[in-house]
Amino acid sequence: MESLLNQLPVGLSIGAVLLLIALGLTFTFGQMGVINMAHGEFIMAGSYTAYMLQDWAGGEAVIVALPVAFAVAGALGWVLERAAIRHFYGRPLDTLLLTWGVSLVLQQAARDLFGAPNVQVVAPSWLTGRIELLGGNLPYARLFIMALAAACVVGIWAYMDRSRQGRRMRAVMQNRELAAVSGVATGRVDQLTFFIGSGLAGVAGVALTLIGPVGPSIGTYYIVDAFLVVVAGGLGQLRGAVIAAVALGMLNSYAEFWTDASLAKVIVFAVIVGFLQFRPQGLFVLRSRALT
Amino acid sequence: MSGTEKDAALLEIRGLEVVFDGFRALGGVDLTVERGELRFLIGPNGAGKTTLIDVVTGLTRPAAGSVRFAGTDVAGMREHRIVRLGIGRTFQTSVVFEELSVVENLDLAAGFRRPLPTLLRQRRGVSDTVAAALDTIGLGALADRPAGVLSHGQRQWLEIGMLVAQRPRLLLLDEPVAGMSRDERDRTGELLTEIARDHTVVVVEHDMEFLRRYASQVTVLHEGRVLVEGDVAAVQADPRVQEVYLGRTKKEAA
Amino acid sequence: MSARLRGYALFAGVAALALVVAPLVLPAFRLDELAKYLCFAIAALGIGLAWGQGGMLTLGQGVFFGLGGYAMAMYLKLHDADGDLPDFMVWSGVEKLPALWKPFESPVVAVVAVVAVPVAVATLLGVLVFRQRVRGAYFAILTQALAAAFGILIVGQQALTGGTNGLTNFYDFFGQDPEADSTQRTMYYVTAVVLGVLYLAARQLVKSRFGRLLVAVRDGEDRVRFLGYNPATVKTVTFAVSAGMAGIAGALFVPVVGIISPSLLDVVPSLELVVAVAVGGRYTLAGAILGAVAMNYAKTSFSEQWAGGWLYLEGALFIVVMTLAPKGAIGLYEQARDALARRRAPAAPAVPVGKEAAA
Repeated sequence: MESLLNQLPVGLSIGAVLLLIALGLTFTFGQMGVINMAHGEFIMAGSYTAYMLQDWAGGEAVIVALPVAFAVAGALGWVLERAAIRHFYGRPLDTLLLTWGVSLVLQQAARDLFGAPNVQVVAPSWLTGRIELLGGNLPYARLFIMALAAACVVGIWAYMDRSRQGRRMRAVMQNRELAAVSGVATGRVDQLTFFIGSGLAGVAGVALTLIGPVGPSIGTYYIVDAFLVVVAGGLGQLRGAVIAAVALGMLNSYAEFWTDASLAKVIVFAVIVGFLQFRPQGLFVLRSRALT
Repeated sequence: MSGTEKDAALLEIRGLEVVFDGFRALGGVDLTVERGELRFLIGPNGAGKTTLIDVVTGLTRPAAGSVRFAGTDVAGMREHRIVRLGIGRTFQTSVVFEELSVVENLDLAAGFRRPLPTLLRQRRGVSDTVAAALDTIGLGALADRPAGVLSHGQRQWLEIGMLVAQRPRLLLLDEPVAGMSRDERDRTGELLTEIARDHTVVVVEHDMEFLRRYASQVTVLHEGRVLVEGDVAAVQADPRVQEVYLGRTKKEAA
Repeated sequence: MSARLRGYALFAGVAALALVVAPLVLPAFRLDELAKYLCFAIAALGIGLAWGQGGMLTLGQGVFFGLGGYAMAMYLKLHDADGDLPDFMVWSGVEKLPALWKPFESPVVAVVAVVAVPVAVATLLGVLVFRQRVRGAYFAILTQALAAAFGILIVGQQALTGGTNGLTNFYDFFGQDPEADSTQRTMYYVTAVVLGVLYLAARQLVKSRFGRLLVAVRDGEDRVRFLGYNPATVKTVTFAVSAGMAGIAGALFVPVVGIISPSLLDVVPSLELVVAVAVGGRYTLAGAILGAVAMNYAKTSFSEQWAGGWLYLEGALFIVVMTLAPKGAIGLYEQARDALARRRAPAAPAVPVGKEAAA
């Protein structure tokens, strides 16, 4: 019972990280028809940003790193969008392969810059404790990650629902041509979406430094699961992404608990394929009459 | 409802309702098409013409009502099963397979009754069905060219040819002359007349001139319901039709 | 007719090069390397079929490659152990042969499983996924997730699979010493002939009515439904065939290279196979084979010089190919050939009746 409770914060915090990663993927996929495999390397960029800042900011590096990593990863994403991806809109399979090439290069660059072995980022002292609750443990670090993700979701929701830029973004997502002829500068909206989405991956990268060591291929561990969140949640769907990410995080953590880490992934895969039998387009769908 | 295939009309639609996210696209449509008929389906934009065809061909599921084809209820069946029963259709924007040649497109359409293993053999020559379809649509000179090189009109004809090659018992054409030049429209009209001689055909059309020249029986849809049904002259004379449809086109033309 | 003859001549030429010239001029270890590339080429051929012809971007071919490889390797391990437990199980403290391994004592079961298991897995996944019209990027993501899960599973089930180290150290391959030059030479011939036969079979499939239907499904799946075909069946069959090819490739890889391990079958190697197909030219089967051989040759030669550099090169190459030559090397060749032909005969042949011949 005790350890069963302990799995709860593990699952929720993994879900929170997956959510931060998947948000960028689901919006770039939904809005531009782009699958960005290099998104995982934006996570890595975020993690190494925290690592680099630790020399300068010491124990509080994680806090400083959050905005910086957002900017660094966002900038990387923006450059990638401008330099390559924008020529590939609406060709998800080609972007998938193209960005995988980018991902290879970025990973190798990280190996050459920071070395192949994993590095550790020291968490600030006030995040190292834990709350004892009902006989279970609630580590502060995991609570912090959940709060961080919740804050990001509220921010994104407010942005999409309340701001003019956000409305433009939704307009482009629903009907690009119509938005364009209605005077929306779709190119600029795309750039901004890419920047924000990639930036969130950077934030996720910082969060990951709180629960484990980081290495050049850290992105590859999470990117596949994050894509599954997109598939299960439905394209470009904030609600869908939140539910799917939390569900996947929990499923992962409890499947690992009851079986073992290697079977857990197979179980998650089977559950997703099973889920698609009922909701082949994910939890939520943008409706349209068009024959795909 | 009528049981056996013989005494039933070829297509019987009763009380058909379709709802998209709260919007009622069809609100209780009744439509009967007898064997050998050439029926035109007209109506202003949003009247539900294409939705009706979509339901009959399995692309859209109805909220209520029945669609009986030769006595079999097809509502909610998978698309390819409906085709196998003998209903074929074209789309507003023609979709032919650009990388395949004209003959290959037709052969594909003619071949769905072949069992899977025989598909593993290479096509040798041109089957009678395909040759006949090729002849009907008059694209013989382009038989071995990829369909990607065809003009807009030729694509529509190829689609119609593919439909004929399927040997369906009911053909549904969705705006076959949209975007065509005058010559192409005339050619399509002749093609239609020829096909209608030995097929049951339902045509959704916008083009009033085309309608006047080639239609006999017309059903007018308006806001998801059947407004009027009858021959061209009667329908044209009906004041309700003039109000919702013809009146407006006259104004637009003016 | 002449194009057809040219095709035969080209095939005969390549076959002669592979079966006569290469064994004569290449030293034994280089010939063995070539055999390894040909194994990848067999898997790539399957990708060419599924992706190039059928439009299914499968990022999980490593899984099927692995299933075939492990089926073969499990038999070889049991055969070497000769009634005892395989060496790695002894090290892991396993006391009784796991039930999963039992059937692989029989070489017949193993050889059948090489094809049957990947085909069964692909069919199951295909039926579940394609029937629900999950396709395109969604399918690609799912197959990648499958590869990731499979890799982690193999690594995690140390006692059952040999874990990260995989299965290796084979001493007897159907009565031959797998390390001996003569065995290596024989395996090279076997691999080359299998590749040739599978290529001809795949080509026949592409040219058949089924192949035309497959292209139609790739270019307009929804339209195909209204021609009375079920695209899910067409896709599932093709996916299963490509999985079977990957299984055969994996099974041949085991005696050729002497190992099967998780690093050969998870996300990255699966993607590398796809990269190779893209570089060679995804729309032709020959392009897939060419790409697999060329990329793996380049990888080996380059990694010998500068290990890390290969990843830069591979990544950069891929970016360049996707941006500038999405049809790969074969596409570039065809472009050059057409350009040359146009220059030779400036009066381009007109389309008989069509108005504007859209390219």
